[in-house]
Amino acid sequence: MSSPRNWRGMPQRYRLEAAKCKKCGKVLFPPRLVCPECHGREFEPTHIGNTGKVETFTVIRVAPSGFTDQAPYAVAIVNVGDGVRILCQVADVEPEELAIGMPVKLEFRKVQSDGESGVISYGYKAVPVF
Amino acid sequence: MRDVAVIGIGMNKWGEVWEKSISDLIAESALLALDDAGLDKVDAMYIGCMSSGLFTDQEHLGSIGPDYAGICPTPGTRVESACASGGAAIRSGFLHVASGASDIVMVVGVEKMTDVDGAKATFALATAADQEYEVFHGVTFPGLYAMMANHHMNKYCTTRDQLAQVAVKNHKNGKLNPLAQFQMDVTLDQVKNAVMVSDPLTILDCSPITDGAAAVILCPADKAKSISKKRVVKVKGSGHASDTIQLAQRKDLSYLKSTEIAAKKALEMAGRKIGDINFAEVHDCFTIAEIMVVEALGAVEVGKGGPATMDGVTAVDGKFPVNASGGLKSKGHPVGATGVAQIVELVKQIRGTAEKGRQVKNANIGLAQNMGGSGASSVVHILEGE
Ligand SMILES: [Zn+2]
Repeated sequence: MSSPRNWRGMPQRYRLEAAKCKKCGKVLFPPRLVCPECHGREFEPTHIGNTGKVETFTVIRVAPSGFTDQAPYAVAIVNVGDGVRILCQVADVEPEELAIGMPVKLEFRKVQSDGESGVISYGYKAVPVF
Repeated sequence: MRDVAVIGIGMNKWGEVWEKSISDLIAESALLALDDAGLDKVDAMYIGCMSSGLFTDQEHLGSIGPDYAGICPTPGTRVESACASGGAAIRSGFLHVASGASDIVMVVGVEKMTDVDGAKATFALATAADQEYEVFHGVTFPGLYAMMANHHMNKYCTTRDQLAQVAVKNHKNGKLNPLAQFQMDVTLDQVKNAVMVSDPLTILDCSPITDGAAAVILCPADKAKSISKKRVVKVKGSGHASDTIQLAQRKDLSYLKSTEIAAKKALEMAGRKIGDINFAEVHDCFTIAEIMVVEALGAVEVGKGGPATMDGVTAVDGKFPVNASGGLKSKGHPVGATGVAQIVELVKQIRGTAEKGRQVKNANIGLAQNMGGSGASSVVHILEGE
Protein backbone atom coordinates (compact mmCIF):
# COMPACT_ATOMS: atom_id res chain seq x y z
CA MET A 1 0.00 0.00 0.00
CA SER A 2 1.68 3.19 -1.18
CA SER A 3 1.10 6.50 0.63
CA PRO A 4 -0.68 8.22 -2.30
CA ARG A 5 -2.98 5.23 -2.72
CA ASN A 6 -3.77 5.17 0.97
CA TRP A 7 -4.49 8.93 0.97
CA ARG A 8 -6.64 8.75 -2.17
CA GLY A 9 -9.06 6.26 -0.64
CA MET A 10 -9.67 8.19 2.60
CA PRO A 11 -12.95 9.97 1.64
CA GLN A 12 -14.58 6.58 1.05
CA ARG A 13 -12.81 4.53 3.71
CA TYR A 14 -13.03 7.13 6.50
CA ARG A 15 -16.27 8.93 5.69
CA LEU A 16 -18.20 6.57 3.36
CA GLU A 17 -18.51 9.35 0.76
CA ALA A 18 -20.60 8.38 -2.28
CA ALA A 19 -22.25 10.08 -5.25
CA LYS A 20 -25.90 10.18 -6.30
CA CYS A 21 -26.72 10.40 -10.00
CA LYS A 22 -28.77 13.54 -10.66
CA LYS A 23 -30.51 11.89 -13.61
CA CYS A 24 -31.59 8.47 -12.31
CA GLY A 25 -30.86 8.67 -8.58
CA LYS A 26 -28.48 5.69 -8.48
CA VAL A 27 -26.04 5.85 -5.57
CA LEU A 28 -22.45 5.05 -6.56
CA PHE A 29 -19.90 3.88 -4.01
CA PRO A 30 -17.17 4.72 -4.76
CA PRO A 31 -18.12 7.75 -6.88
CA ARG A 32 -17.50 7.42 -10.63
CA LEU A 33 -17.27 9.84 -13.55
CA VAL A 34 -20.23 8.30 -15.33
CA CYS A 35 -23.36 6.50 -14.12
CA PRO A 36 -23.35 2.89 -15.41
CA GLU A 37 -27.18 2.83 -15.35
CA CYS A 38 -28.07 5.96 -17.37
CA HIS A 39 -24.69 7.40 -18.47
CA GLY A 40 -25.42 10.59 -16.56
CA ARG A 41 -22.37 12.62 -15.60
CA GLU A 42 -23.74 14.91 -12.92
CA PHE A 43 -23.78 13.82 -9.31
CA GLU A 44 -24.51 15.22 -5.89
CA PRO A 45 -22.41 14.16 -2.91
CA THR A 46 -23.96 11.73 -0.46
CA HIS A 47 -22.96 9.01 2.01
CA ILE A 48 -23.73 5.32 2.12
CA GLY A 49 -25.53 4.08 5.21
CA ASN A 50 -23.51 2.53 8.04
CA THR A 51 -25.85 -0.35 8.73
CA GLY A 52 -26.86 -3.28 6.53
CA LYS A 53 -27.30 -7.00 6.11
CA VAL A 54 -24.85 -9.73 5.12
CA GLU A 55 -25.71 -11.07 1.64
CA THR A 56 -22.89 -13.59 1.54
CA PHE A 57 -19.69 -14.27 3.46
CA THR A 58 -16.61 -16.43 3.86
CA VAL A 59 -13.75 -16.99 6.27
CA ILE A 60 -10.31 -16.40 4.77
CA ARG A 61 -7.96 -19.05 6.18
CA VAL A 62 -5.19 -18.74 3.57
CA ALA A 63 -4.39 -15.04 3.38
CA PRO A 64 -2.45 -13.00 0.82
CA SER A 65 0.82 -11.27 1.69
CA GLY A 66 -0.01 -8.33 4.01
CA PHE A 67 -2.79 -10.23 5.81
CA THR A 68 -1.13 -13.50 6.83
CA ASP A 69 -0.91 -12.49 10.50
CA GLN A 70 -4.66 -11.76 10.65
CA ALA A 71 -5.92 -15.11 9.31
CA PRO A 72 -8.46 -16.52 9.86
CA TYR A 73 -10.75 -13.54 9.31
CA ALA A 74 -14.30 -13.10 8.03
CA VAL A 75 -15.19 -11.20 4.86
CA ALA A 76 -18.71 -10.40 3.71
CA ILE A 77 -20.68 -8.60 1.05
CA VAL A 78 -23.00 -6.26 2.91
CA ASN A 79 -26.10 -4.58 1.48
CA VAL A 80 -26.15 -1.08 3.02
CA GLY A 81 -29.34 0.08 1.30
CA ASP A 82 -29.96 2.48 -1.62
CA GLY A 83 -28.95 -0.37 -3.96
CA VAL A 84 -25.36 -0.35 -2.66
CA ARG A 85 -23.38 -3.44 -1.66
CA ILE A 86 -19.87 -3.31 -0.25
CA LEU A 87 -17.26 -5.93 0.53
CA CYS A 88 -15.47 -5.68 3.86
CA GLN A 89 -14.21 -7.70 6.79
CA VAL A 90 -16.52 -8.67 9.60
CA ALA A 91 -14.89 -8.10 12.99
CA ASP A 92 -15.83 -9.26 16.50
CA VAL A 93 -17.52 -12.41 15.24
CA GLU A 94 -16.88 -16.14 15.48
CA PRO A 95 -16.95 -17.92 12.09
CA GLU A 96 -19.88 -20.12 13.16
CA GLU A 97 -21.96 -17.02 14.08
CA LEU A 98 -21.83 -15.69 10.49
CA ALA A 99 -25.02 -16.05 8.48
CA ILE A 100 -26.66 -14.68 5.37
CA GLY A 101 -29.16 -12.02 6.45
CA MET A 102 -27.22 -11.14 9.61
CA PRO A 103 -27.62 -7.44 10.54
CA VAL A 104 -24.33 -5.52 10.84
CA LYS A 105 -23.10 -1.97 11.30
CA LEU A 106 -19.95 -0.41 9.87
CA GLU A 107 -17.23 0.72 12.27
CA PHE A 108 -13.93 2.53 11.74
CA ARG A 109 -11.08 0.05 12.21
CA LYS A 110 -7.49 -0.68 11.27
CA VAL A 111 -7.60 -2.82 8.09
CA GLN A 112 -3.96 -3.34 7.13
CA SER A 113 -0.68 -2.58 8.81
CA ASP A 114 3.03 -2.77 8.05
CA GLY A 115 2.82 -3.28 4.29
CA GLU A 116 6.02 -2.87 2.30
CA SER A 117 5.85 0.94 2.67
CA GLY A 118 5.01 0.85 6.39
CA VAL A 119 1.66 2.56 5.86
CA ILE A 120 -1.12 1.70 8.33
CA SER A 121 -4.47 1.73 6.51
CA TYR A 122 -7.78 2.35 8.25
CA GLY A 123 -11.28 1.88 6.94
CA TYR A 124 -14.66 0.32 7.59
CA LYS A 125 -15.33 -3.13 8.95
CA ALA A 126 -18.71 -4.64 9.67
CA VAL A 127 -19.54 -5.78 13.20
CA PRO A 128 -22.63 -7.81 14.14
CA VAL A 129 -25.64 -6.06 15.67
CA PHE A 130 -27.25 -8.39 18.20
CA MET B 1 -14.35 -11.81 -42.24
CA ARG B 2 -13.05 -15.12 -43.58
CA ASP B 3 -13.27 -18.57 -41.95
CA VAL B 4 -10.40 -19.54 -39.65
CA ALA B 5 -9.01 -23.01 -38.83
CA VAL B 6 -6.64 -24.40 -36.21
CA ILE B 7 -3.79 -26.26 -37.94
CA GLY B 8 -1.37 -26.76 -35.09
CA ILE B 9 -1.53 -27.48 -31.35
CA GLY B 10 1.26 -27.75 -28.80
CA MET B 11 1.36 -28.43 -25.08
CA ASN B 12 3.78 -30.05 -22.67
CA LYS B 13 3.09 -31.57 -19.26
CA TRP B 14 2.02 -29.00 -16.69
CA GLY B 15 3.13 -28.87 -13.08
CA GLU B 16 5.82 -27.36 -10.89
CA VAL B 17 8.53 -26.99 -13.50
CA TRP B 18 11.35 -25.37 -11.55
CA GLU B 19 14.03 -26.19 -14.10
CA LYS B 20 12.36 -24.23 -16.88
CA SER B 21 12.01 -20.46 -17.34
CA ILE B 22 8.99 -18.64 -18.77
CA SER B 23 10.91 -18.29 -22.06
CA ASP B 24 11.52 -22.07 -22.12
CA LEU B 25 7.83 -22.75 -21.53
CA ILE B 26 6.77 -20.43 -24.37
CA ALA B 27 9.37 -21.85 -26.78
CA GLU B 28 8.51 -25.49 -25.95
CA SER B 29 4.81 -25.13 -26.72
CA ALA B 30 5.47 -22.93 -29.76
CA LEU B 31 7.80 -25.54 -31.28
CA LEU B 32 5.33 -28.37 -30.59
CA ALA B 33 2.60 -26.39 -32.39
CA LEU B 34 4.89 -25.60 -35.33
CA ASP B 35 5.80 -29.31 -35.60
CA ASP B 36 2.13 -30.31 -35.41
CA ALA B 37 1.33 -27.94 -38.28
CA GLY B 38 4.49 -28.81 -40.23
CA LEU B 39 5.64 -25.18 -40.28
CA ASP B 40 8.78 -23.38 -39.13
CA LYS B 41 7.51 -19.82 -39.05
CA VAL B 42 4.35 -17.73 -38.68
CA ASP B 43 3.33 -14.20 -39.69
CA ALA B 44 2.38 -12.95 -36.22
CA MET B 45 2.25 -14.12 -32.63
CA TYR B 46 -0.02 -13.38 -29.65
CA ILE B 47 1.02 -14.24 -26.12
CA GLY B 48 -1.66 -14.54 -23.44
CA CYS B 49 -0.20 -13.99 -19.98
CA MET B 50 -1.70 -12.54 -16.84
CA SER B 51 1.22 -11.43 -14.73
CA SER B 52 4.73 -12.41 -15.80
CA GLY B 53 5.84 -9.22 -14.00
CA LEU B 54 4.61 -10.24 -10.55
CA PHE B 55 5.38 -13.96 -10.99
CA THR B 56 8.78 -13.74 -12.69
CA ASP B 57 9.82 -10.03 -12.85
CA GLN B 58 9.69 -10.34 -16.64
CA GLU B 59 7.51 -8.24 -18.95
CA HIS B 60 7.79 -7.63 -22.69
CA LEU B 61 6.61 -11.07 -23.75
CA GLY B 62 5.87 -9.56 -27.17
CA SER B 63 9.61 -9.88 -27.74
CA ILE B 64 10.33 -12.95 -25.59
CA GLY B 65 7.75 -14.99 -27.52
CA PRO B 66 9.04 -14.61 -31.09
CA ASP B 67 12.66 -14.44 -29.90
CA TYR B 68 12.71 -17.79 -28.04
CA ALA B 69 10.46 -19.43 -30.66
CA GLY B 70 13.28 -18.55 -33.07
CA ILE B 71 11.11 -16.48 -35.39
CA CYS B 72 12.28 -12.84 -35.02
CA PRO B 73 11.39 -10.38 -36.58
CA THR B 74 7.80 -11.78 -36.41
CA PRO B 75 5.68 -9.28 -34.44
CA GLY B 76 4.50 -10.36 -30.99
CA THR B 77 1.71 -8.89 -28.88
CA ARG B 78 0.96 -9.71 -25.25
CA VAL B 79 -2.72 -9.93 -24.33
CA GLU B 80 -3.88 -9.61 -20.73
CA SER B 81 -7.32 -10.18 -19.22
CA ALA B 82 -6.39 -11.87 -15.93
CA CYS B 83 -7.19 -15.62 -16.05
CA ALA B 84 -8.96 -15.04 -19.41
CA SER B 85 -5.70 -13.82 -21.00
CA GLY B 86 -5.36 -17.03 -23.03
CA GLY B 87 -8.91 -16.88 -24.37
CA ALA B 88 -8.53 -13.19 -25.16
CA ALA B 89 -5.26 -13.96 -27.00
CA ILE B 90 -7.04 -16.67 -29.02
CA ARG B 91 -9.71 -14.15 -29.94
CA SER B 92 -7.04 -11.62 -30.99
CA GLY B 93 -5.35 -14.23 -33.19
CA PHE B 94 -8.71 -15.33 -34.61
CA LEU B 95 -9.69 -11.75 -35.50
CA HIS B 96 -6.23 -11.16 -36.96
CA VAL B 97 -6.56 -14.08 -39.40
CA ALA B 98 -10.29 -13.50 -40.04
CA SER B 99 -9.60 -9.89 -40.98
CA GLY B 100 -7.09 -10.94 -43.63
CA ALA B 101 -4.26 -8.94 -42.02
CA SER B 102 -2.06 -12.08 -41.81
CA ASP B 103 -2.41 -15.72 -42.87
CA ILE B 104 -0.56 -17.73 -40.25
CA VAL B 105 -0.85 -16.61 -36.62
CA MET B 106 0.41 -18.39 -33.52
CA VAL B 107 -1.22 -17.92 -30.12
CA VAL B 108 0.70 -18.97 -27.02
CA GLY B 109 -0.63 -18.85 -23.48
CA VAL B 110 1.79 -19.02 -20.57
CA GLU B 111 2.16 -18.56 -16.84
CA LYS B 112 5.18 -19.39 -14.70
CA MET B 113 3.77 -19.29 -11.16
CA THR B 114 6.08 -21.29 -8.89
CA ASP B 115 9.04 -18.92 -8.85
CA VAL B 116 7.27 -17.10 -5.97
CA ASP B 117 5.92 -18.44 -2.66
CA GLY B 118 2.25 -19.12 -1.96
CA ALA B 119 1.43 -15.75 -0.32
CA LYS B 120 3.01 -13.85 -3.22
CA ALA B 121 1.18 -16.01 -5.76
CA THR B 122 -2.10 -15.40 -3.89
CA PHE B 123 -1.36 -11.67 -4.01
CA ALA B 124 -0.48 -11.73 -7.73
CA LEU B 125 -3.72 -13.59 -8.54
CA ALA B 126 -5.71 -11.16 -6.39
CA THR B 127 -4.66 -8.29 -8.67
CA ALA B 128 -7.41 -9.58 -11.00
CA ALA B 129 -9.88 -8.20 -8.43
CA ASP B 130 -10.49 -4.55 -7.50
CA GLN B 131 -7.44 -3.40 -5.52
CA GLU B 132 -9.21 -0.61 -3.63
CA TYR B 133 -12.54 -2.22 -2.75
CA GLU B 134 -11.83 -5.95 -2.68
CA VAL B 135 -8.13 -6.73 -2.24
CA PHE B 136 -7.73 -3.84 0.24
CA HIS B 137 -9.99 -5.72 2.64
CA GLY B 138 -7.93 -8.90 2.44
CA VAL B 139 -10.17 -10.95 0.20
CA THR B 140 -8.59 -13.59 -2.05
CA PHE B 141 -9.82 -15.39 -5.17
CA PRO B 142 -10.84 -18.46 -3.22
CA GLY B 143 -12.58 -15.96 -0.91
CA LEU B 144 -14.56 -14.34 -3.74
CA TYR B 145 -15.63 -17.71 -5.18
CA ALA B 146 -16.42 -18.95 -1.66
CA MET B 147 -18.83 -16.03 -1.27
CA MET B 148 -20.40 -16.92 -4.62
CA ALA B 149 -20.66 -20.54 -3.42
CA ASN B 150 -22.37 -19.56 -0.16
CA HIS B 151 -24.78 -17.37 -2.10
CA HIS B 152 -25.53 -20.17 -4.58
CA MET B 153 -25.97 -22.74 -1.80
CA ASN B 154 -28.32 -20.41 0.07
CA LYS B 155 -30.37 -19.45 -2.98
CA TYR B 156 -30.63 -22.83 -4.75
CA CYS B 157 -29.91 -25.34 -1.97
CA THR B 158 -26.73 -26.41 -3.78
CA THR B 159 -24.94 -28.88 -1.48
CA ARG B 160 -21.36 -29.36 -0.30
CA ASP B 161 -21.38 -32.80 -1.99
CA GLN B 162 -22.43 -31.30 -5.32
CA LEU B 163 -19.49 -28.87 -5.21
CA ALA B 164 -17.12 -31.72 -4.36
CA GLN B 165 -18.48 -33.85 -7.20
CA VAL B 166 -17.06 -31.32 -9.70
CA ALA B 167 -13.58 -32.05 -8.34
CA VAL B 168 -14.19 -35.82 -8.26
CA LYS B 169 -15.35 -35.82 -11.91
CA ASN B 170 -12.56 -33.58 -13.18
CA HIS B 171 -9.84 -35.55 -11.39
CA LYS B 172 -11.28 -38.76 -12.84
CA ASN B 173 -10.83 -37.24 -16.33
CA GLY B 174 -7.47 -35.65 -15.57
CA LYS B 175 -6.12 -38.98 -14.31
CA LEU B 176 -6.24 -40.14 -17.94
CA ASN B 177 -4.58 -36.99 -19.32
CA PRO B 178 -0.79 -37.41 -19.40
CA LEU B 179 -0.32 -33.62 -19.59
CA ALA B 180 -2.30 -32.95 -16.39
CA GLN B 181 -0.57 -31.72 -13.24
CA PHE B 182 -2.50 -34.07 -10.92
CA GLN B 183 -3.20 -37.44 -12.52
CA MET B 184 -5.02 -38.90 -9.55
CA ASP B 185 -8.51 -39.61 -8.29
CA VAL B 186 -10.02 -37.77 -5.35
CA THR B 187 -13.12 -38.86 -3.41
CA LEU B 188 -16.03 -36.78 -2.15
CA ASP B 189 -14.78 -37.22 1.42
CA GLN B 190 -11.23 -36.22 0.51
CA VAL B 191 -12.50 -33.00 -1.09
CA LYS B 192 -14.82 -32.13 1.78
CA ASN B 193 -12.29 -32.95 4.51
CA ALA B 194 -9.24 -31.31 2.93
CA VAL B 195 -7.66 -28.20 4.45
CA MET B 196 -10.14 -25.30 4.44
CA VAL B 197 -8.96 -22.39 2.29
CA SER B 198 -12.00 -20.14 2.41
CA ASP B 199 -15.26 -21.54 3.77
CA PRO B 200 -16.87 -23.58 2.23
CA LEU B 201 -14.03 -24.21 -0.27
CA THR B 202 -11.21 -26.58 0.68
CA ILE B 203 -7.88 -26.85 -1.09
CA LEU B 204 -9.39 -29.62 -3.27
CA ASP B 205 -12.14 -27.24 -4.45
CA CYS B 206 -9.42 -24.93 -5.80
CA SER B 207 -7.39 -25.21 -9.00
CA PRO B 208 -3.67 -25.44 -8.25
CA ILE B 209 -0.71 -23.11 -8.81
CA THR B 210 0.90 -24.32 -12.03
CA ASP B 211 3.71 -23.64 -14.49
CA GLY B 212 2.73 -24.27 -18.06
CA ALA B 213 2.14 -23.09 -21.59
CA ALA B 214 0.07 -24.07 -24.60
CA ALA B 215 0.10 -22.97 -28.23
CA VAL B 216 -2.12 -23.11 -31.31
CA ILE B 217 -1.58 -22.04 -34.91
CA LEU B 218 -4.40 -20.45 -36.87
CA CYS B 219 -4.77 -20.00 -40.63
CA PRO B 220 -7.49 -19.20 -43.18
CA ALA B 221 -9.79 -22.26 -43.40
CA ASP B 222 -9.45 -22.50 -47.20
CA LYS B 223 -5.66 -22.89 -46.86
CA ALA B 224 -5.72 -25.45 -44.04
CA LYS B 225 -5.74 -28.54 -46.28
CA SER B 226 -2.76 -27.37 -48.29
CA ILE B 227 -0.71 -26.96 -45.08
CA SER B 228 -1.78 -29.93 -42.96
CA LYS B 229 -3.20 -33.41 -43.60
CA LYS B 230 -4.93 -33.50 -40.21
CA ARG B 231 -8.67 -33.04 -39.82
CA VAL B 232 -9.64 -29.41 -40.39
CA VAL B 233 -11.01 -27.84 -37.22
CA LYS B 234 -12.67 -24.47 -37.76
CA VAL B 235 -13.12 -21.68 -35.24
CA LYS B 236 -16.79 -21.06 -35.92
CA GLY B 237 -17.69 -18.66 -33.13
CA SER B 238 -15.98 -16.18 -30.83
CA GLY B 239 -17.66 -14.15 -28.08
CA HIS B 240 -16.27 -11.87 -25.39
CA ALA B 241 -17.95 -9.83 -22.66
CA SER B 242 -17.14 -7.93 -19.48
CA ASP B 243 -18.83 -7.39 -16.13
CA THR B 244 -18.11 -5.17 -13.11
CA ILE B 245 -14.71 -5.92 -11.61
CA GLN B 246 -16.25 -5.89 -8.13
CA LEU B 247 -18.34 -8.94 -7.30
CA ALA B 248 -20.39 -6.80 -4.88
CA GLN B 249 -21.64 -4.60 -7.73
CA ARG B 250 -23.23 -7.43 -9.76
CA LYS B 251 -27.01 -7.69 -9.81
CA ASP B 252 -26.81 -11.39 -8.90
CA LEU B 253 -23.89 -12.56 -6.76
CA SER B 254 -23.87 -16.10 -8.14
CA TYR B 255 -24.72 -15.62 -11.80
CA LEU B 256 -22.02 -15.14 -14.48
CA LYS B 257 -23.62 -12.59 -16.79
CA SER B 258 -20.45 -12.03 -18.85
CA THR B 259 -20.32 -15.77 -19.61
CA GLU B 260 -23.96 -15.79 -20.68
CA ILE B 261 -23.35 -12.88 -23.07
CA ALA B 262 -20.05 -14.19 -24.46
CA ALA B 263 -21.68 -17.59 -25.10
CA LYS B 264 -24.68 -16.03 -26.83
CA LYS B 265 -22.38 -14.04 -29.12
CA ALA B 266 -20.22 -17.06 -29.96
CA LEU B 267 -23.23 -19.31 -30.61
CA GLU B 268 -24.83 -16.68 -32.80
CA MET B 269 -21.64 -16.32 -34.87
CA ALA B 270 -21.41 -20.10 -35.22
CA GLY B 271 -25.11 -20.37 -36.12
CA ARG B 272 -25.54 -22.89 -33.32
CA LYS B 273 -27.65 -23.42 -30.20
CA ILE B 274 -26.25 -24.66 -26.90
CA GLY B 275 -28.03 -27.97 -27.55
CA ASP B 276 -25.83 -28.48 -30.64
CA ILE B 277 -22.64 -28.47 -28.55
CA ASN B 278 -21.18 -31.98 -28.11
CA PHE B 279 -18.74 -31.13 -25.29
CA ALA B 280 -17.17 -28.20 -23.45
CA GLU B 281 -14.03 -27.12 -21.67
CA VAL B 282 -14.95 -24.54 -19.03
CA HIS B 283 -13.21 -22.40 -16.44
CA ASP B 284 -13.43 -24.51 -13.25
CA CYS B 285 -10.94 -22.40 -11.28
CA PHE B 286 -13.05 -23.49 -8.28
CA THR B 287 -15.67 -26.24 -8.10
CA ILE B 288 -18.49 -23.68 -7.74
CA ALA B 289 -17.26 -21.94 -10.92
CA GLU B 290 -18.01 -24.95 -13.14
CA ILE B 291 -21.52 -25.15 -11.68
CA MET B 292 -22.16 -21.45 -12.34
CA VAL B 293 -20.62 -21.64 -15.85
CA VAL B 294 -22.79 -24.53 -17.07
CA GLU B 295 -25.79 -22.55 -15.81
CA ALA B 296 -24.70 -19.32 -17.56
CA LEU B 297 -24.04 -21.20 -20.80
CA GLY B 298 -27.64 -22.38 -20.71
CA ALA B 299 -26.58 -26.04 -20.70
CA VAL B 300 -28.60 -26.58 -17.51
CA GLU B 301 -31.29 -24.54 -15.77
CA VAL B 302 -30.03 -21.77 -13.47
CA GLY B 303 -29.72 -23.22 -9.97
CA LYS B 304 -29.56 -26.82 -11.25
CA GLY B 305 -25.81 -26.99 -11.92
CA GLY B 306 -25.18 -28.87 -8.68
CA PRO B 307 -27.77 -31.66 -9.16
CA ALA B 308 -26.81 -31.94 -12.87
CA THR B 309 -23.19 -32.59 -11.86
CA MET B 310 -24.28 -35.20 -9.31
CA ASP B 311 -26.47 -36.89 -11.94
CA GLY B 312 -23.57 -37.26 -14.39
CA VAL B 313 -24.85 -34.78 -16.99
CA THR B 314 -21.34 -33.27 -17.26
CA ALA B 315 -19.40 -36.58 -17.14
CA VAL B 316 -17.44 -37.71 -20.22
CA ASP B 317 -20.33 -40.01 -21.19
CA GLY B 318 -23.02 -37.56 -20.06
CA LYS B 319 -25.40 -35.40 -22.06
CA PHE B 320 -23.12 -32.35 -21.87
CA PRO B 321 -19.54 -33.52 -21.15
CA VAL B 322 -17.52 -30.83 -19.36
CA ASN B 323 -13.77 -30.75 -18.83
CA ALA B 324 -12.82 -34.13 -20.27
CA SER B 325 -9.24 -32.81 -20.04
CA GLY B 326 -9.45 -32.73 -16.24
CA GLY B 327 -10.22 -29.03 -16.28
CA LEU B 328 -8.27 -26.40 -14.41
CA LYS B 329 -8.85 -28.48 -11.28
CA SER B 330 -6.78 -31.51 -12.29
CA LYS B 331 -4.91 -30.40 -15.41
CA GLY B 332 -3.63 -27.30 -13.58
CA HIS B 333 -4.22 -23.58 -14.00
CA PRO B 334 -1.22 -21.61 -15.26
CA VAL B 335 -3.59 -18.67 -15.58
CA GLY B 336 -2.53 -17.14 -18.92
CA ALA B 337 -2.12 -20.58 -20.53
CA THR B 338 -5.53 -21.96 -19.57
CA GLY B 339 -7.60 -20.38 -22.37
CA VAL B 340 -5.17 -21.59 -25.03
CA ALA B 341 -4.97 -25.09 -23.54
CA GLN B 342 -8.77 -25.31 -23.75
CA ILE B 343 -8.49 -24.81 -27.53
CA VAL B 344 -5.72 -27.44 -27.69
CA GLU B 345 -8.09 -29.86 -25.94
CA LEU B 346 -11.04 -29.05 -28.24
CA VAL B 347 -8.86 -29.78 -31.29
CA LYS B 348 -7.60 -33.04 -29.75
CA GLN B 349 -11.16 -34.15 -29.04
CA ILE B 350 -12.44 -33.18 -32.50
CA ARG B 351 -9.49 -34.92 -34.17
CA GLY B 352 -10.37 -37.93 -32.02
CA THR B 353 -6.89 -38.11 -30.51
CA ALA B 354 -7.73 -37.68 -26.80
CA GLU B 355 -6.68 -40.58 -24.58
CA LYS B 356 -8.96 -43.60 -24.21
CA GLY B 357 -11.49 -43.18 -21.43
CA ARG B 358 -11.63 -39.41 -21.75
CA GLN B 359 -12.29 -39.15 -25.50
CA VAL B 360 -15.83 -37.83 -25.91
CA LYS B 361 -17.91 -39.88 -28.39
CA ASN B 362 -18.93 -37.96 -31.53
CA ALA B 363 -16.96 -34.91 -30.43
CA ASN B 364 -17.51 -32.70 -33.46
CA ILE B 365 -18.64 -29.38 -32.00
CA GLY B 366 -16.85 -28.13 -28.88
CA LEU B 367 -17.15 -25.02 -26.75
CA ALA B 368 -14.40 -23.38 -24.67
CA GLN B 369 -15.16 -20.87 -21.92
CA ASN B 370 -12.35 -18.94 -20.22
CA MET B 371 -12.99 -16.43 -17.46
CA GLY B 372 -11.10 -13.58 -15.79
CA GLY B 373 -11.33 -12.66 -12.11
CA SER B 374 -14.62 -13.45 -10.40
CA GLY B 375 -16.27 -13.47 -13.84
CA ALA B 376 -15.47 -9.84 -14.74
CA SER B 377 -14.41 -10.98 -18.21
CA SER B 378 -15.34 -14.06 -20.15
CA VAL B 379 -14.37 -15.43 -23.55
CA VAL B 380 -16.18 -18.23 -25.40
CA HIS B 381 -15.07 -20.02 -28.56
CA ILE B 382 -16.83 -22.67 -30.61
CA LEU B 383 -14.81 -25.09 -32.72
CA GLU B 384 -16.19 -27.48 -35.28
CA GLY B 385 -14.66 -30.33 -37.26
CA GLU B 386 -15.11 -30.29 -41.00
ZN1 LIG C 1 -27.80 7.48 -13.53
